[in-house]
Amino acid sequence: METADYDIVIVGSGLAGMRAALQAANFSNRKLRIAMISKLHAMRSHSVSAEGGISGVLSPGEGGDSIELHAMDTIKGSDYLADQDAVEFLVNEAPKEIRLLDNMGVPWNRREDGRIVLRAFGGMSIPRTVFAGDKTGFFMLSTLYDALLEYQDVEIFNEYLVISLNITRGTFGGLLAMNISTGEMKLFRGKAGVIATGGYARIYGFTTTAFSSTGDGIAMAYRAGVSLKDMEFVQFHPTALVPSGILITEAARGEGGYLLNSEGKRFMENYAKSKMELAPRDIVSRAIVTELDQGRGVVQETTGIEHVFLDLRHLGESVIDERLPMIKEITIKMNGIDPSKEMIPVRPAAHFTMGGIHVDIHGRALINDYDPVTGLWVAGEAGCVSVHGANRLGSNSLSQCVIWGRVVGEAAAEHALGNGYGVTNEEMEKWGALEASRVNNLMDRTGTENPYLIRKEMQQTLDKYVYVYRETDGFKNAKKVINDLKRRYANVYVQDKSKEYNTNLRDTLELGNMLELADVVIECALARKESRGAHAMKEYPKRDDVNWLKHTIVRMGSDGPVLSYIPVTITKWQPMERKY
Amino acid sequence: MRCSYMEKKNQENRNVTIRVKRFDAKERLLKSSSFKVSANRFSTVLGELIGIKEAQDPSLSIRYSCRMGICGSCGMVINGKPRLACETNVFSLDTDEVIVEPMRGHPVLKDLVCDFGEFFDNHRKVMPWLIRNNMKEKFRNDVEHTQTRRQLDRFLPFSYCIKCGLCVDACPVVNTNSAFVGPQALAAVRRYNEDSRDQGIKQRLAAIDVKDGVWGCEYAGACSAVCPKGVDPALAIQLLKMDIMKRKFIGSNKSKE
Repeated sequence: METADYDIVIVGSGLAGMRAALQAANFSNRKLRIAMISKLHAMRSHSVSAEGGISGVLSPGEGGDSIELHAMDTIKGSDYLADQDAVEFLVNEAPKEIRLLDNMGVPWNRREDGRIVLRAFGGMSIPRTVFAGDKTGFFMLSTLYDALLEYQDVEIFNEYLVISLNITRGTFGGLLAMNISTGEMKLFRGKAGVIATGGYARIYGFTTTAFSSTGDGIAMAYRAGVSLKDMEFVQFHPTALVPSGILITEAARGEGGYLLNSEGKRFMENYAKSKMELAPRDIVSRAIVTELDQGRGVVQETTGIEHVFLDLRHLGESVIDERLPMIKEITIKMNGIDPSKEMIPVRPAAHFTMGGIHVDIHGRALINDYDPVTGLWVAGEAGCVSVHGANRLGSNSLSQCVIWGRVVGEAAAEHALGNGYGVTNEEMEKWGALEASRVNNLMDRTGTENPYLIRKEMQQTLDKYVYVYRETDGFKNAKKVINDLKRRYANVYVQDKSKEYNTNLRDTLELGNMLELADVVIECALARKESRGAHAMKEYPKRDDVNWLKHTIVRMGSDGPVLSYIPVTITKWQPMERKY
Repeated sequence: MRCSYMEKKNQENRNVTIRVKRFDAKERLLKSSSFKVSANRFSTVLGELIGIKEAQDPSLSIRYSCRMGICGSCGMVINGKPRLACETNVFSLDTDEVIVEPMRGHPVLKDLVCDFGEFFDNHRKVMPWLIRNNMKEKFRNDVEHTQTRRQLDRFLPFSYCIKCGLCVDACPVVNTNSAFVGPQALAAVRRYNEDSRDQGIKQRLAAIDVKDGVWGCEYAGACSAVCPKGVDPALAIQLLKMDIMKRKFIGSNKSKE
């Protein structure tokens, strides 16, 4: 097996990973050898699908907006589970990153006078979302990718699936990856490591996310002994296209779109009278599911799926063409619907995972409750800082990705400039052989279980029992099914035995990661006996700050997930009732 | 705008045969496998291929990710035309048999999956990033540029490229002269040259003012015809040729430097 030494090894090539690579290269004056590893072609990471925009107060004072107000909105949106020091950092840094991306080449939408224009977003009390049409993620990622190509010292490994993470004596050592094109294994030893592998919403069947959002980095870290945080909090985006689940951006409502039930009523007035369709996502998703439960949904004939309508007809063709062109492209191509003439069928879908690897405000990966792993950082959706708490506000994720991408890229570079390798080559090789044998065994053995059937059952289980409204009995059922699926996975069969581009093997390895995380999500959700943000329990309909104003920490024990809790950091904003 | 194939009268499922001409990596040739599937009015070719992989043949290799036409993974030739499989509605093809094959303008790896190494190298060769006389300016985070609608419109149409490689697959020149840098990279040149924040037009034009650069294009226009995102590489290339000629014979456009 080949071993390659790098100063910094970055896993993941979305906005966080690319921003980290760029910062590390620039900060070190191109002195460091940096590997950026992606299981896709780097520019195809799921960040590319982000639509609506990136939040940040570019001109405090203008239009009555302030940095402080952005923080307050975010904290209220998080249902007070966000760490307020981290939120303050986010709101202060966001404008800088937006301007930096302006200098890098993102084609932001502009006003008549040439300045960057803003749009309204859910839960934000004032328009402060900067955007590039409704392909903001695509433009940000393309720009960062292109900017990175200038750096010969950043080596991009396209289509390498990372299998396992090495942490030795509390220090990052490196990782094992498989070149998907050839099936060959390769060891990457690094002085510093960055995990930026995104979220785990693909544990659900009905999801807006790419097929690649399987939480590999989170599962890997968990298996290596790193703690995870707030894994029960999964965001359901209110408006996913039926039946594909493709995201219809919140900007569609930001630009003035309505949500209508089967009676043609704007039902949001019963749920969030002042913010209406622009209430935070957890609230709008609950409203939609309540409408469906009470028989005011519409059934799509071909598929039998129940939905409500998103109505953009009154916006007119020119607004749609200028500000929501991709939505038009998608609804025409996927559903044969022109949004300026017909309503769009939507329902809530798993969209973003607030939970992730437990990190501190510097993005350092943590073991136990507070112990940092030397040389290992996490950024983007893979990490839980936590700035989103129990419910993320739209357009805060892109800010989070680039801000903590920059922070960890710089910290990793600083570390790599001043430190050596955490493990010896011999240790690395010995470990690598052991880890590789896990994959080899999977390829060598015969089994009876079809990974795709297991995956389907897992996704259906999460869709059914760990959705917008949740209850204890549902979790117990889900737990039983997932435990059973884990047992069956031990006997999984990879039918494709070829080395080249074996996606049957890739899918099976991803499934192993997802099963691990599904188990953790259910365990953490079962324990939290309150309703907060995206975690809405039928038996416990109220937020309980006395007992549950705390983060769930979970680590791998010998008999499954082991839970503990740590307090939320409160700086200025005391928890209050959340009304919109 | 309503597409006839999506009309509500088309509620019933239909049986369709998907014939996959897949590349056998060992024998280095295409072999056909046929699969019977059921499609409804929402079914896409990608969805059907994934369904085949899950239920009929797990060894089928496909590259895909976002399934919403923005990541650029799933370019392939469908009923003779290079397309994104995720955006191709099965009913829209209006046939009982859908024939799917890998792009041939790129080296094929396995089944429907191509090697993009050369394609990405060509993109990198043309310096597809903002160039500033003082490169430190690229990392400034304290100032915002102003860019008028007119300035934005000069480069925006060429900025929608998702690097799916369909244009290169369709290009007759690439298929006979692999040294040609190709339509994707050239469109990227135009995108950055025309950005009011850029100062690198001279370097980029010099890089493509060669036989296998912009002059390799024979203006077949196939690239623009197949682009799923409406980028017009053929136009970009002709404009670039004009830029080069203007600079040679008239001198440079001062306002851009």
